Amino acid sequence: MSLAERAIQRRPGTNFELWSWYYFRISGVLLLFLALGHVYIMHIATPIEQVDYAFVAARYARPFWRTYDLVLLLLAMSHGVNGMRLIIHDYVRPRGWRVFAHSVLYSAALIFTVLGALVILTFQPVET
Amino acid sequence: MLIQCKVRRFNPTVDKKPYFSTYQVEAEPTDRVLDMLNTIKWELDGTLTYRRSCAHGVCGSDAMRINGRNRLACKVLVRDIGNKMTIEPMMGFTVLRDLVVDMEPFFEKYKAVKPYLINDNPAPVTERLQSPEELEAYDDTTKCILCAACTTACPPFWSNPDFVGPAALVNAHRFIFDSRDKAGAERADVISSREGVWRCRTVFNCTDACPRGIQVTNAMEEVKRKLLYDRA
Ligand code: SF4
Ligand code: FES
Repeated sequence: MSLAERAIQRRPGTNFELWSWYYFRISGVLLLFLALGHVYIMHIATPIEQVDYAFVAARYARPFWRTYDLVLLLLAMSHGVNGMRLIIHDYVRPRGWRVFAHSVLYSAALIFTVLGALVILTFQPVET
Repeated sequence: MLIQCKVRRFNPTVDKKPYFSTYQVEAEPTDRVLDMLNTIKWELDGTLTYRRSCAHGVCGSDAMRINGRNRLACKVLVRDIGNKMTIEPMMGFTVLRDLVVDMEPFFEKYKAVKPYLINDNPAPVTERLQSPEELEAYDDTTKCILCAACTTACPPFWSNPDFVGPAALVNAHRFIFDSRDKAGAERADVISSREGVWRCRTVFNCTDACPRGIQVTNAMEEVKRKLLYDRA
């Protein structure tokens, strides 16, 4: 078997790249609405001086907004990480650097996702 | 018209790194770039090396980078380029000498997609009949002459030489969408792999480069869609 064939057939039969590609499209469309909605609420519909602790606390009193933010967080993180994964695949060719880049990417992704989810799920308003 | 032509030169047995030679060439506006290269080789500098064979845009041997765009030298007129020209070998392949590149890795990938009709059913007494609509599905991709202009115009390929590349995918498309072919699944293993069609970022450089006017990016999108429908 030729070199190229081996490179191509290293993992035959897996559909991972197919689903990654498809997920990219779906999450992109959803993010368009969710992210624009987020920008509209936080920066346009509400004057900036009103966006304070009380505003956030009031929002998070309703499960709808927590769910909205959680979905936004998970979609944005997975969509972004997927994109970064592909960019690394495209541009970081040396094996060692690639392992390093992937490690940094996935560690950062895990930390930010856990941190974000923690805030969204466990936020309790305190009296100010 | 007088043309100032810069050609990227490299002879690995003597040169440490590539350099540019500049030639002043007299050419008719209706000459093709290939004619101008011939003038250089025959009258000015016999060491200039390039491939050409048919000189009529069918053999695919003289694809090169002309003012930053991949073109067949035999298919583009001097007047359409202008009197300042920079000619380089196709990007992403090993340069063997001057404008001649090593096409072996390119053909290996081409072979990997099994670019031939596979159908083990007993052959019918007459032909395997196809409707005009069935032909229409892959007609465009039958035009490929394997010049590699598309693959070497592709930024994902420049950075990742493992990518099978648009040319191999065009030729996979040729058979995947042929109603007589039965090896869709075999080919899908190659083209849906990590270095397969999913590396395409729809840059459209390939479509711009194709001297046969094949809708290369469109063909790859059709392949993606088909993989999605078949495998989902
Ligand atoms: S698809 Fe067009 S550019 Fe690509 S190899 Fe075939 S003829 Fe050349
Ligand atoms: S020499 Fe044959 S395609 Fe240009």
